[in-house]
Amino acid sequence: MEDPSSILHRLQKTFRSGVTIPESFRRTQLQNLLALVQENEQLILDALHKDLSKPKFEAFLSEIDMVANDLHYTLDNFYSWMQLEYSSKNLATRMDKCFVRREPLGVVLIIGAWNYPLHLILLPLVGAIAAGNCVLLKPSEISQATEQLLAELIPKYLSKDCYSVVCGGAEYTKALLENKFDHIFYTGSQAVARTILQAAAVHLTPVTLELGGKCPCIIYGHIDIPSAARRLVWSKFFNAGQSCVAPDYVLCSAEIRDALLPAVRQTLKEFYGEDARAGPDMGRIINPHHWNRLMELLEKSRGKVVMGGEGYQEDRYIAPTVLVDVEESDILMQEEIFGPILPILTVKSLEEATDFVNRRAKPLAVYVFSDEHSVVTTVLENTSSGGFCANDGIVHMALPGLPFGGVGASGFGHYHGRWTFETFSHRRGCMMRSWALEKINVLRYPPYSDSNLSWLRWATSAKKSWISCSIM
Amino acid sequence: MERQVVERAREAFLSGKTRVLEFRLQQLRSLQKMITDRQAEIATALKQDINRSQYDTALFELIGIENEITLAVGKLGEWAAPRPVEKNLLTISDEVYVQPEPLGVVLIIGAWNYPWSLTLQPLIGAIAAGNAAVVKPSELSEHSSLLLRALLPRYLDQELYPVVTGGVPETQELLKQRFDHVFYTGNSTVGKVVMAAVARHLTPVTLELGGKSPCYIDKNCDLRVACRRITWGKFANCGQTCIAPDYILCEPSIQSRVVEAIRQTLLEFYGADTKSSPDYGRIINLRHFHRVMSLIEGYTAVLGGQSDPSQCYIAPTVLKDVPPHSRLMQEEIFGPVLPIVTVSDMDDAIHFINEREKPLALYIFCSDKTAVKKMIAETSSGGVTVNDVMMHYTLSSLPFGGVGQSGTGRYHGKHTFDQLSHQRACLVRSLGMEAVNLARYPPQDRRRARRARLALRSPMIDFSKRTFVWAVSATVVAFGLVVTLTVILLIASGLNCTCWYWEGWYT
Repeated sequence: MEDPSSILHRLQKTFRSGVTIPESFRRTQLQNLLALVQENEQLILDALHKDLSKPKFEAFLSEIDMVANDLHYTLDNFYSWMQLEYSSKNLATRMDKCFVRREPLGVVLIIGAWNYPLHLILLPLVGAIAAGNCVLLKPSEISQATEQLLAELIPKYLSKDCYSVVCGGAEYTKALLENKFDHIFYTGSQAVARTILQAAAVHLTPVTLELGGKCPCIIYGHIDIPSAARRLVWSKFFNAGQSCVAPDYVLCSAEIRDALLPAVRQTLKEFYGEDARAGPDMGRIINPHHWNRLMELLEKSRGKVVMGGEGYQEDRYIAPTVLVDVEESDILMQEEIFGPILPILTVKSLEEATDFVNRRAKPLAVYVFSDEHSVVTTVLENTSSGGFCANDGIVHMALPGLPFGGVGASGFGHYHGRWTFETFSHRRGCMMRSWALEKINVLRYPPYSDSNLSWLRWATSAKKSWISCSIM
Repeated sequence: MERQVVERAREAFLSGKTRVLEFRLQQLRSLQKMITDRQAEIATALKQDINRSQYDTALFELIGIENEITLAVGKLGEWAAPRPVEKNLLTISDEVYVQPEPLGVVLIIGAWNYPWSLTLQPLIGAIAAGNAAVVKPSELSEHSSLLLRALLPRYLDQELYPVVTGGVPETQELLKQRFDHVFYTGNSTVGKVVMAAVARHLTPVTLELGGKSPCYIDKNCDLRVACRRITWGKFANCGQTCIAPDYILCEPSIQSRVVEAIRQTLLEFYGADTKSSPDYGRIINLRHFHRVMSLIEGYTAVLGGQSDPSQCYIAPTVLKDVPPHSRLMQEEIFGPVLPIVTVSDMDDAIHFINEREKPLALYIFCSDKTAVKKMIAETSSGGVTVNDVMMHYTLSSLPFGGVGQSGTGRYHGKHTFDQLSHQRACLVRSLGMEAVNLARYPPQDRRRARRARLALRSPMIDFSKRTFVWAVSATVVAFGLVVTLTVILLIASGLNCTCWYWEGWYT
């Protein structure tokens, strides 16, 4: 395996040559990436199935289509994103050209995750390419089949000098991080994120962290139970609950819980049939370690299992499981579950629900199900989270116009669509002054005088309706 | 003590006071009043800290702060409003927008060279964005720091915007607390320490650092005007400005003329005896005085070079033919010393700049627009001013910040508001229209899958050139058809037209 420093050195040299700057180069690479995804659908589906037993439908919707959609969107728009953005001017700069230039950062590192092993690494790559950077990709070693596939396909479709894939475990990543990158994009856990930040601080490298958290789902007020149940079940058990934006737990009143449970049971039967394990539409847990972690949580939880609960080690299957009578101190409420286990906690009021959410770390998403607009607004205004979705789950991720990212413990920075492009760009403020009007400039030079100062202050005094100028 | 201050600020934030825009506006207006009412005291403090003349104070600090407040007050409603974004088929009847929200409690660590603007400008954005902010002014500008601590609680909410003074131990104690954002202005060494310290809490940072900002002078430009502008920028605040032109790059043939132009300008600005000019500042303290003096040790200045440690005075100093690898060229000077390094041409200058860390600012003096564009395109820096120095800092619509070693993040105007806000993605759906949703649920088959994939497809509207051409031609053809139809209808309804075109028709 090539030493990471030498790969990085090569990428830096390529970047300095300026080959990634022209729009045509970026367009070709993006088109090649699209071809990679479109021409290798079956291989991708197979790899995802091997890693996570990902159902074909989920693989299309949440992996292949996510990447293809973003590529189409970026290909259509990135040229306009690249253009100079002329900024508004003040009186002093009226004769000047003032604009913002979006420039690539250099060589960026993208570290993927295992739950959506394709899109979590390729989506950032789309924006990084569009922004003109060279990229080092480090897919998750836990989703091995996809890792291998990416290592094989990327050099076949994309420029080998500009984009490299490296494979390795925790030790390898640690060594990798000793090098200087111009940006690090990490998707994963908080613990690793801290190490990455420490390593980045040494080189003053800017970082984007896409982490997780326990995404609450508040169900309150007047509500269409069957629809809510369907959307809740879909978002929770998609990818066997292994989504950073899956609704982690439910907060609702006892009455709603009692109405919800039969609807959930009905929905599970509709979706996955009598035996979810036998059907093709339920995914599996990524590996034995996580399967054990989840089974242990179930065992230690003091809640009551009302649906599911079975697990089979051979194929790392855990049935869609719902628990009630879960207390705040329960083991299921300590960490992000990241599995097909849904605890339902009861609250007596909306305020109790929002207080509960606010007592905990800011999550990646907050969900609320209600027909009442006031309930939705109350939850929106009284909580903080990376994203927010009312009356559905996960689908807010599919909109490239929305910035996808966390806040607080769920991370910082965001991406998708143009947001990725901006993440991997430096916005350079440029002012091209004219040589003329030196007579006006004289006001600012020493020797200072009261009259010059008065003129300047008058010229720059605060006026209510227009932006004041400032002459220095 | 620091922990309590931060906890109180957090409690005040959690009370929800700052969510109301009117509250933020009131705080901003109050801050404005503080600047207006206390101008004289601020000027005195600055004189004691750094021997800043009263004109420089207004010019370099107060005007900027006032403008930022006016802008924020005028635009806050717009900035804080939800920002709608593009939808897909699935969400066509939903509300899809980005809602800017406050982050929480922000820590603002100021610097000593412009102790008021570098502390208050981030504070303006923090207040506008609805955050609480702990303000930690630099202890090196002691008088300003103490004055700020006395004044701010009298004008702003005491719990939301506390001032913490002190040195390194106090700052370290502060950095142990959990903040939602840390905004630091200073040097890269401490910048690294700050970033590492807050990594524990996964706190995002804005680092406004420095570096050696190069100033390239093309031989074919108006040297007189160029050197006047450079002299102004270099020696204002005695060179202690993060975006001061650090060194000059020019061809050997114009070096002497550059020196002469600077000499003339210095005479115009400060008179024959700079030391007695009221408009020339001093070095902040003895430590920095010695630091700057040691950089020019062993070199003979062509201009200036005199110094007086008792006043922390260093004369405006210019050195020529400075070797690229001298100590003077290794670290940011941050003082009134201007080295000139010769390069063979613009390409050589570009190469020189790219060999070094990305600076906070790049200055290009050149009349050839093509050459200027080339230099901008082939280098990187936080910002650029062409044919002047520092002015890009003054336009609040331009994002101000560094890249690489010169920093991360940006601010000024709306950029501060955005930098200190969380852009929350919001999708508000209704539980109705479930029929559309059904396609995405299991059990899955090809037809359902195709419908679901279509509903989630993006972009909904194809913006490609082909579609655009098709749309335009279709519109033109349709318009043509409408016109033709109208004409035919008019003729059919018996319109008699006597113009020559129709005469042929009727005969």
